[in-house]
Amino acid sequence: MDLDPEGLFRDDSDSESEFYQEKDFTKEFVVYLVDASPKMFGAAGSDEDEKTDTHFHVAINCISQSLKAQIIGSSYDEVAVCFFNTKEKKNLQDLNGVYVFNVTDRECLDRPTARLIKEFFYVEDTFMSNIGSRYGIVSGSQENSLYNALWVAQALLRKGSSKSVSKRILLFTNEDDPFGSITGATKTDMIRMTLQRAKDAQDLGISIELLPLSRPDEGFNVSIFYAELLGLEGDEISHFLPSAGEKLEDMTDQLRKRMFKKRKVKTIRFSIANGICIEVNTYALIRSTSPGSIMWLDSITNLPLKTERSFVCADTGALVEEPRIYFHPYKNEIIKFSTDELSKIKKVSNGQLHLLGFKPLDCLKDYHNLRPSTFIFPTDEEVVGSTRIFIALHRSMLRLQRFALAFYGSLYRPQLVALVAQDEITGSSGQVEPPGMHMIYLPYSDDIRHVEELHMSADAIAPRATDDQIKKASALLRRIDLKDFSVCQFTNPALQRHYGILQALALGEDEMPDIKDETLPDEEGLSRPGIVRALQEFKISVYGENYDQEEANAAAAKGCGSEASRKRKAMAETAARESASYDWADLAENGKLKDLTVVELKYYLTAHNLPVTGKKEALISRILTHLGK
Amino acid sequence: MARNKEAVVLLLDVGPSMHSVLPEVERVCSMLVQKKLIFGKSDEVGFVLFGTDDTYNELQKEVGGYEHIVVLRNIGVVDGNAVGFLQNLPRGNFPGDFIDAIVVGIDLLIKKFGPTNKGKQRICLITDAKYPIKEPYEGTKEDQVNTISQMMQTHGIRLDCIVIREKLPGADLRVMEENDSLLDQFSRKAIAKIVHVDSPTSLLGALKTRNISPVTVFRGDLELSSTMKIKVWVYKKTSEEKFPTLKKYSGKAHSSDKFATYEVKVDYEYKSMEDPDKVVPPEQRIRGYRYGPQVVPISSAEWEAVKFKPEKGVKLLGFTDASNILRHYYMKDVYIFIPEPGNQKAIVAVSAIARAMKDMNKSAILRCVWRQGQGNVVIGVLRPNISSVDNIPDSFYFNVLPFVEDVREFQFPSFRSFPSSWQPNEQQQEAADNLVKMLDLTPSEGEEVLQPDYTPNPVLEVSYCFTQTVSPTCYDKIRRFYHFLDLKSKQPDADVPPLDRNLRGITEPDPAVFSCHKSVIDNFHKNFELKEKPKKKKSSKRAWRGKPSASSEEEGVDGEASGFQSSNLMKDSSNINVEKIGNLNPVQDFEAMMARRDSSKWVSKAIKEMQNHVSDLLENSYEGDAYSKAIECLLALRKGCILEQ
Repeated sequence: MDLDPEGLFRDDSDSESEFYQEKDFTKEFVVYLVDASPKMFGAAGSDEDEKTDTHFHVAINCISQSLKAQIIGSSYDEVAVCFFNTKEKKNLQDLNGVYVFNVTDRECLDRPTARLIKEFFYVEDTFMSNIGSRYGIVSGSQENSLYNALWVAQALLRKGSSKSVSKRILLFTNEDDPFGSITGATKTDMIRMTLQRAKDAQDLGISIELLPLSRPDEGFNVSIFYAELLGLEGDEISHFLPSAGEKLEDMTDQLRKRMFKKRKVKTIRFSIANGICIEVNTYALIRSTSPGSIMWLDSITNLPLKTERSFVCADTGALVEEPRIYFHPYKNEIIKFSTDELSKIKKVSNGQLHLLGFKPLDCLKDYHNLRPSTFIFPTDEEVVGSTRIFIALHRSMLRLQRFALAFYGSLYRPQLVALVAQDEITGSSGQVEPPGMHMIYLPYSDDIRHVEELHMSADAIAPRATDDQIKKASALLRRIDLKDFSVCQFTNPALQRHYGILQALALGEDEMPDIKDETLPDEEGLSRPGIVRALQEFKISVYGENYDQEEANAAAAKGCGSEASRKRKAMAETAARESASYDWADLAENGKLKDLTVVELKYYLTAHNLPVTGKKEALISRILTHLGK
Repeated sequence: MARNKEAVVLLLDVGPSMHSVLPEVERVCSMLVQKKLIFGKSDEVGFVLFGTDDTYNELQKEVGGYEHIVVLRNIGVVDGNAVGFLQNLPRGNFPGDFIDAIVVGIDLLIKKFGPTNKGKQRICLITDAKYPIKEPYEGTKEDQVNTISQMMQTHGIRLDCIVIREKLPGADLRVMEENDSLLDQFSRKAIAKIVHVDSPTSLLGALKTRNISPVTVFRGDLELSSTMKIKVWVYKKTSEEKFPTLKKYSGKAHSSDKFATYEVKVDYEYKSMEDPDKVVPPEQRIRGYRYGPQVVPISSAEWEAVKFKPEKGVKLLGFTDASNILRHYYMKDVYIFIPEPGNQKAIVAVSAIARAMKDMNKSAILRCVWRQGQGNVVIGVLRPNISSVDNIPDSFYFNVLPFVEDVREFQFPSFRSFPSSWQPNEQQQEAADNLVKMLDLTPSEGEEVLQPDYTPNPVLEVSYCFTQTVSPTCYDKIRRFYHFLDLKSKQPDADVPPLDRNLRGITEPDPAVFSCHKSVIDNFHKNFELKEKPKKKKSSKRAWRGKPSASSEEEGVDGEASGFQSSNLMKDSSNINVEKIGNLNPVQDFEAMMARRDSSKWVSKAIKEMQNHVSDLLENSYEGDAYSKAIECLLALRKGCILEQ
């Protein structure tokens, strides 16, 4: 078991950036081993006529999605894709029935590239013609494709030390009895060999995980063969993914979740009372994904540039070393701080989580939030008994509807936190919410703004809705109801577009992809007569009959009423008039624009609704661009 | 006055009943002044004390009356001396009359700014309002309050009132009720806010020491549909107050240079990899975006042409049950949607929807693009905020929700699947229940300790403190900074002050609460045992402060074979040289001993002890519960012997 360096040595490197992305101390190498036997190409659903999806398709889909997630997460994990039970063979060992899928400019085990994602996505279309499918283990033959596949996978994972890299083989198959077709001594022999091969791999620090695919009517019986291969014992077998879901989508979901490897942020101590101090791991389950950092390149060579930082004394212009002293002006003086003093100020607590007490859940208001929450889960790794205390508190808090208030003394920002117990929620696609506690970062009084009071008027009682108006609103709420809304059902359109463009550019495609924005409201749904009626009734009830008309009038009145807008309008008119008296095209043609004054240039810009900021050259170039020169 | 300039008059009650909290009052007021020195250098402050032995105010000279009120500092631009005034407030021996004090405060403001200059004018009253106020010469007290409110309103003066009352027996309830109702009358008739606090720590949080003028994030329509829109303004409700940005210091300037800035500028130069001497000019630089191992160069013009450009607008996607959105999905700081000020129809519309949402326990899902040209959309949840104050309209809170890409669906084992040795038994569960019940921070109805709204940031406090002389009291991180700043201005070599007693209540459990439920905690303590795994320890620096007595005191609570576990567990974890095979991790101890190379005796000792351990295990086993452990040990023993051969 590898000792995690994070928990012990990371206290000092605690910083804001770390909060948002956990550092990858361990890279991960994964080989996706996909069964390509004809059985995988059989229909996966129970209704043969309806579903045309195959298990093979499900597996390809999952891997595709996970490759995309990896490339977006800009991780340094390396992957290889390998099919077995194939007609063709392609592998270093030249073993039969194993095909290592790869694209140009890439090692077999390497970080995913745009091309890999793209070609892999379409691998099914040409699979039969290029790679082919057939049963690898048949009676009368000495071939053992599963054995070969494990061997190839193990060979692929040879690089990298097992200390710094976690290595995994993910096996996708729907055959629970791979040696079912043969009998006798050959069978036992083959089983023995395969198990030995798997064991060797595991001894080398490679973990093998099975992602079974099965049809609803015939479960995947893991105990026939795979339990032994995976080294499952006793209870573990029954806990092992009891059955694939009812629906194929659920299965995809399940597989996708299981493909992730958990990564903790750090291990912290949670001090409860009188020296009882348990240990918990923290996980960043929710963090906003950003488009990633940019790099500066030389536009001629497209090679990355080196950034050099230099410190210049503002008074003398002399180059100085990176200063260790900071200052703040105060009362016309300069107060100096050394970096040590600053870190001392920030150090309020020792990085532990201190329990302060408990409060009912309704004390946690909607505005008590600052940052994404952190998930905590107990660990018995160093302090035995932590889990038991954690579970006991977890249950009590759930039952009594309380949350724990604690002080989290992280160096980056020591903060009060609410620990909200979350019970496990499972759905048809497996675990939806893991059991544990969510750490919610609470604001201080300094962070809360009392905006409501800003527009408070004395004497004027703010009107409240009448019961009838509330009833109309309730009717509306009932109409526009998102029944099965789940929190993360939308993909981020900006991010999707960003990576869509990058993928297209990386592959040298001209066509920019069209990304659908899922976040737009359902116009069609909202125009259903029932909803329209409810909206109309509500509108009349709160606004009165002729609201639109009044609004239009008000807007018209405002149009000529507001001082600023009138001025702006007048300016635009003058500009348009003045601008018309110049022959801009001619001036531009003869390079005479620079002879005009800035004021004159701005006439053109204002008249054409262009920005008027910048130096004269900027204005001129903007005019030229607009004229299409 | 300038837009962001404000004038504040602090009215501080220094009467006998206030003496216990005056140190905190001094501090919170100093903080206010210190922050003004940094963030609002042209703001003006004045201090008025009431309940004093002396009397010194202009009203007394002009019209008489107004006794025991001292104008400590007339209104003027903040300066360093202002902090000095607040260091040692005189303790008065007379009951203070807060109505008189308010009148004096208003008088100061009116005299200073006259009827024409209506800037931001604020009166902060800190009192415990325990003493009856004097009967006015004419009319009732209520009439008097009305007149004063009227005056405040015409001059645009706000009143912030903090009533601090620690739980003290023997106070005159009737008087306090009367005073409270008078103060409440202010909040109805004038622009006033009354806050009741019950601990000095809350006092630190209750007074807004920094004046931030909020800006709207969005003004426009909340579109329920294309035909039904509500005009709203959106502000930030919470926003992290950061540690102040410090400038880098350069001591190069000549000491006679009066205009020296002492600043350090940072220059960035971009150089090509092949030729480190060549600086690449900005126009020759191009942005590269990472895509896997590739870096894709895109010019900003190209990027502008293809990037995602949503239309500005706030649109409703629908309503959903509040239970569909778990609390931990809230992503960022919180926004507040208020109906357009003064727009009665918008106020009613917001009110109707907010109240309907509250009644039906629904949330609304919105898609927001705050500005035109914003590169992204925001999906979030709208929750009702029903106003409890008559002249504040209902509003909504808005929290940002994650996208698919932002969520990592890690799978965790179910607690039920854990072995029984990790599960609490009934007795332990009861101890936990009691702990959760008793360590209650909401001791009685309406009371709540450490409410975020009144809890200051300790770090900011202390830093402000640093700039002050070593006052024994300093606050939490940002506060800490300000304290330190002030301290340093007086004593350049000052050390970072320790965390103040009151602020410690934020970072550490309150000893009072904990000691009063000592039995519950002790019971909890007794029911659970914790053991440190010695082998896993890498650094001995990490203090695990378990009391050794805890683990030896009790045993067998869980009916598991804990008898052989609880002895011999508290060994020094930093001791890497294992000298004997313990009961907790015999295999690891064995391996450690086998690996010791300082003397050959360890190997034989290890083998011997391991043999004994295995036979002990087998002998002491109850219904075979230790067999698996014994086999583990045996395996380790065998492996070790093979290696040693």
